[in-house]
Amino acid sequence: MRPEDILALTPAGLCCKRGSFHIDPTRPVERALITHAHSDHARAGHGAVLATQETLDLMRLRYGENFAGATQAIGYGESVKLDAVTATFHPAGHVLGSAQIAVEADGLRIVASGDYKNVADPTCAPFELVPCDVFITEATFALPVFRHGNPGGEIAKLLRSVSVFPDRAHLVGAYSLGKAQRLIALLRNAGYDSPIYLHGAMEKITRYYESRGVALGELRLARGATKPTLAGTITICPPSALNDLWTRRFPEPLNAFASGWMRVRARARQQGVALPLVISDHADWDGLTATIAATGASEIWVTHGQEDALVHWCGARGLGARPLDIVGYGEEDDASEAEE
Amino acid sequence: MNRFAELLDRLAYEPARNSKLRLMTDYFRSTGDPERGWALAALTGALSFRHAKPGLIRNLIAERTDPVLFALSYDYVGDLSETVALMWPRHFPSPPVGERRDGGSEVQRNASTAALALATPIPNPSPYGGGDLSLTSVIQILSTLGKAQLPQQLARWLDALDETGRWALIKLVTGGLRVGVSARLAKAAVGALGGKDAQDIELLWPGLAPPYVDLFAWLEGRGAQPASGDPAPFRPPMLAHALDDADLANLDPTDFLAEWKWDGIRVQAVSALRDGANVARLYSRTGEDISKGFPDLIDVLRLPGAIDGELLIRRDGLVQSFNVLQQRLNRKAVTPKLIVDFPGHLRAYDLLADGEEDLRALPFSERRVRLEGFVARLGEERVDLSPLITFATWDDLMAARENPDAGGAGADGAAVEGIMLKRREAPYLPGRPKGPWWKWKRDPFIIDAVLMYAQRGHGKRSSYYSDYTFGVWTRGEGGDELVPVGKAYFGFTDEELVQIDRYVRRNTTDRFGPVREVVHEPDQGLVLEVAFEGLQRSTRHKSGLAMRFPRVNRLRWDKPPGEADRLERLESMIAQIEAGRTA
Repeated sequence: MRPEDILALTPAGLCCKRGSFHIDPTRPVERALITHAHSDHARAGHGAVLATQETLDLMRLRYGENFAGATQAIGYGESVKLDAVTATFHPAGHVLGSAQIAVEADGLRIVASGDYKNVADPTCAPFELVPCDVFITEATFALPVFRHGNPGGEIAKLLRSVSVFPDRAHLVGAYSLGKAQRLIALLRNAGYDSPIYLHGAMEKITRYYESRGVALGELRLARGATKPTLAGTITICPPSALNDLWTRRFPEPLNAFASGWMRVRARARQQGVALPLVISDHADWDGLTATIAATGASEIWVTHGQEDALVHWCGARGLGARPLDIVGYGEEDDASEAEE
Repeated sequence: MNRFAELLDRLAYEPARNSKLRLMTDYFRSTGDPERGWALAALTGALSFRHAKPGLIRNLIAERTDPVLFALSYDYVGDLSETVALMWPRHFPSPPVGERRDGGSEVQRNASTAALALATPIPNPSPYGGGDLSLTSVIQILSTLGKAQLPQQLARWLDALDETGRWALIKLVTGGLRVGVSARLAKAAVGALGGKDAQDIELLWPGLAPPYVDLFAWLEGRGAQPASGDPAPFRPPMLAHALDDADLANLDPTDFLAEWKWDGIRVQAVSALRDGANVARLYSRTGEDISKGFPDLIDVLRLPGAIDGELLIRRDGLVQSFNVLQQRLNRKAVTPKLIVDFPGHLRAYDLLADGEEDLRALPFSERRVRLEGFVARLGEERVDLSPLITFATWDDLMAARENPDAGGAGADGAAVEGIMLKRREAPYLPGRPKGPWWKWKRDPFIIDAVLMYAQRGHGKRSSYYSDYTFGVWTRGEGGDELVPVGKAYFGFTDEELVQIDRYVRRNTTDRFGPVREVVHEPDQGLVLEVAFEGLQRSTRHKSGLAMRFPRVNRLRWDKPPGEADRLERLESMIAQIEAGRTA
């Protein structure tokens, strides 16, 4: 039994023929197992979807009631038998409801980890290490220059800026699902208890997080606020809104952006960001390499991102590694939801 | 080091001058001595130690990283110092990788416990790390360190710092912070601590030395004002208001003297004796010391005094255009060849001090007489007098302004950008008082051009399309087409900006990142009346022309783009300009 006989790459994405399902397929399929609700992994139009309750709820919020023919919820640590294959969901620590999917058959275990991070996040269950034979890893930040550091330090930087510029409005670009809520939770953990303002596109998902027991303090919509009241405040918005007409309601807006990409100056400058905040929901270089080593897997499949560097690193440690070229991952993009 | 690194990091990203000021003032207020003084020295370029070469940094990283990973990283980041700062290996292990779970037992377990043991939690670093390493100790060690010890010392520091700290350290040791802060801006920020402006600090500056403990004490009201040790200080310049033709009716020609407004840069040339030796300095209008760039002029400033004048390039007795001056200003290294090819020249129009005597309280007419005597006594070819224009009526002067060559400027007429009117009785007053001095510029060149592309602005304008590329018609392969001739981002009112922005958004035909292509057809598009000060040939532009100081003069909503100007019109303007210069 070769791993490829259990999971193989097809035009629709990773496919398990023996279990008749795909994992995070990029086009509509009969049966899909979804790791998390970001749009590059979770698409509408599948026949049946198996995912955590949170992922299903978030997909429903984004795509509407009829996003799939049928749905089935599964909890962390739970397994389902799909023909000759067993699939088990484990927390991935990426966003609320995110999971790694362990696929087992004939004594061989492959873990499709989706997107993951191995650092604390007050808004989702912590990453769980699942020993396996084949580990499928993302590679979004798979270069040694990407080390995300301590998010608390970045939050301190933001709060310091708010105190130096009390007459300006701080706009923080953050992905609507996950990053935005984590940012708010981090601000609360740092003792910031003023109201935090939201772009309209953030509202539904943020309220959903609250309904799942994530405490986020007082939130207000920027839409209803007058210009003078927004001085000295923090507003979270989709990154694409930072340079949008929408910003004109704010007094002297100061653009911040919370993302792992902010580690590289050219990237931050390109986007006209005055206050880059290195906060990421993906594992950084140290996180990726430590995780790969700890799974004990002897074979590593590398999806979307900087595959070359990670494949090279694995090779130097005697691990079999190859890139999995899945078209369409790594494009979680909120351009469509920017207009309020 | 960590707070200083944070400051540099913020400054590098912050586009707005006022915000940069605020960030620096906040730093100076919240940081103690002597740390902040060394930061001020670094920001004003007042530090001197042997700088590390990029090769040294490259060797350090090569000893510590996998060459393939380094190459991939460098390729991605695009900047050596930044790549090194980011991928410098950490000396504590990676963060934990979550709890190990006991899964199905049939799976082969080769996860090594060693890998997990390595994954102990990282200490919670401060945002900028660096622990107790201070900027003060870095600078003190750097100033005494031998060349051979530098690599090892640098590596030790890099081990102790985090990403931003390493980035700042490498900037510091390789020289040149390049965070968009001039020395003057840093002085303005420190002055704000005690309600002083950059000028007040400039006056004291030459008598001060890092870490400026006495300066901070004075600004915070804890000490006396430090003594100015500068025998050749900068004096705040007097500036003129722009004159409209209509203003003339209220002015009496007999109250004024007139001289040419030269198309160079305003400078102050100061010379004084200290301990029997001559000290000479050339200052820009804002008080930056630009002496280093003009040793040829510094050499001839042997007579104690302070001249207010125009810095020009003069070849074979002929003043060159601003374009030529700029070629010298743009050069970093001042080579003997540069001095021969672009000889610096000072055209004097005022005298602020003669020897020890301050002349600023005297009326201009008296200072002018003193100036004439001073320039004659100096007797240097590189320093001459800006001539007065003879006139009896405003009409005389208007004629001279239209045709400087005939009006007395002679062969230098092409370097005249207008006329200065100075009240005979006026003392020399710093700032821009209204009334004593007027600048009366020649009419700008004007063309009608078509808006082709619009780009989003920066800072406050980041949600507005405020930078406009415009073009004129020319004969192309498939008939008439527009060729871009320039870019303008000011001249319009806030209200007009809103109107253009709306027009751009509604008439976009294509997008390239922050740039939008705007419809530009003969019967569809927006005509901009563009004003500019000069025109020169340029190989860098497709049109072969480059405009000086272009701005949007008026929006021509009424004009169909097909009736905008043609490239031939600009060609004839440039021919006229060139004819004027050689006449």
